[in-house]
Amino acid sequence: MKPILMLALGLTLSGAALAGPARAAGASDSETERQARWDEIARSIFGDRKIEATDTLIKVDAPARALDAALVPITLTMPEKDKIKGVHFVIDDNPSPYAAHFQFGPAADRGELKLRVRINNYTNVHAVAETTDGRLYEATKFVKASGGCSAPMGMSDEEAMRGMGDMKMKFGESQPGKPIEATLMIRHPNFSGMQMNQVTRDYTPARYIQKVSVTYGDKTIFDLDGDISIASNPVINFAFLPEGKGPIKVAASDNQGGRWEHSFNAPSPSN
Amino acid sequence: MSARLSRRETLFGGLCLCCLPNLARASEPFAMEEVGPGIFIRVGPHAEATPENDDAIANIGFVIGRDGVLVIESGGSLADGQRLRAEIRKRTDKPIRHVVLTHVHPDHCFGAAAFREDQPNFIGHHGLRPALEARGEYYRKRLEEILGADKAGEVVYPTQSVTGETEIDLGDRRLRLTAHGTAHTSCDLSMLETGSGLLFPADLLFVNRIPSLDGSLLGWLKEAETLKAVGAARAVPGHGPAVVALAPALADLTRYLSALRDETRKAIAADVPIEKAVASVARQERDQWILFDTYHGRNVTQAYKELEWE
Repeated sequence: MKPILMLALGLTLSGAALAGPARAAGASDSETERQARWDEIARSIFGDRKIEATDTLIKVDAPARALDAALVPITLTMPEKDKIKGVHFVIDDNPSPYAAHFQFGPAADRGELKLRVRINNYTNVHAVAETTDGRLYEATKFVKASGGCSAPMGMSDEEAMRGMGDMKMKFGESQPGKPIEATLMIRHPNFSGMQMNQVTRDYTPARYIQKVSVTYGDKTIFDLDGDISIASNPVINFAFLPEGKGPIKVAASDNQGGRWEHSFNAPSPSN
Repeated sequence: MSARLSRRETLFGGLCLCCLPNLARASEPFAMEEVGPGIFIRVGPHAEATPENDDAIANIGFVIGRDGVLVIESGGSLADGQRLRAEIRKRTDKPIRHVVLTHVHPDHCFGAAAFREDQPNFIGHHGLRPALEARGEYYRKRLEEILGADKAGEVVYPTQSVTGETEIDLGDRRLRLTAHGTAHTSCDLSMLETGSGLLFPADLLFVNRIPSLDGSLLGWLKEAETLKAVGAARAVPGHGPAVVALAPALADLTRYLSALRDETRKAIAADVPIEKAVASVARQERDQWILFDTYHGRNVTQAYKELEWE
């Protein structure tokens, strides 16, 4: 395939435009190489624990080609949700592959999670579900994308940091007894540490959301450990059980000591 | 009805041109169109940067005045800029005094290095330098991967920065440059040839080729109004034919951007997630634009990201 590039558009290096093997890092790796890489990453995260393949416990949806490598929407579905304790998300060929770890609490509905990530190379992404009995199950998908981590932001660092820590939460419909969907939005550049200022030759230091805790009353919905692979202005879709009392509280912190808390009124089920 | 037909014809004409592999090849004649007395434009094909086309995909050109030459858009690569410079030298020996860099995108500013020997004013929006600082090297590397180091060119920074408006005097003609708010990009500069009233909106105006959103959707709609208010009858778009009637071309652009805005807002309000919105927003525009499938999904992504915080 001919190497072409969406230069007219500018920054974006979408998978569609970067199909050339000469250009797309990771595009020509063999299955064996990919498997070896995953084995190594899995060992570093999970040690010697066995990871079984699954078609039923977790599914990962991602575009086969990213439209925007710096914002790749990911959907994780866990149909047998009551068996799920937590979810790990790994982007094998990213410079820092371990993108996110969600640990569910008692107020969580564990059926689905959505997040937006950066993808730097043609890569497998892995979702690993941890079940309540302590076993691990993996699902994988191949994504074509390039440059998502190193792509400079379309604005200055100062501008990108404006409003840092602001949050919004949107709620889906609420019906008595049914889980409620919610979208958490956090203003944060999530600097990857790979975005360079050409003049100073300095990289903007990595500054990313490291922890997010979401609680409903005194019960945890989820705790998230994040990393540089989460897209700027993180957006997370999740669901929670409606039986809690009190506000939904979000506490987020980054790796440079930033800490922000916001509280949102959960919708009350309408009859 | 007939206007619609002619647009379709133009569209298909454009597509066919895109398919010609040799178009804009180095060995091909570099066709300059004289769109006004002493104003020459090379029309770029609606294609992406490839090793064959040297990223010569934007409309670029020059204005010959009494006291010298102004280059409007430098070209998409060193090779493209060198050919533009050769075209100038075929027509005049006057000094090349000004090179206008309309924004940060490589297909418009990577020809600049070809004019270094002329020591011109490199003129850009005040936002161009920071934008080049952030992305220039990144673009250069990627362009080099496609075209090779000898053809790609290097990052050239503006030596004259424009805030608000400024005028360039070529002796017998004046050119008014306007720095716009964030729209197509964070550093869009337009130019008006005050004598003839010919407007050079650069990439604030795409014709036939799908607009690519890399700044602010709401800002672009606002700047489209600013351009309309200039009152120019004719314009040289950044991509499209050499010259178009401004009002209908702006109307097409605004229709697309408005559909993108309205339908993305609607999707956000209805909790349609971003991955679904990219496949559903403003699909009715698909037949109206070349390269729709390559850029539209990303435009929706950009729009969604901008509007979800409203």
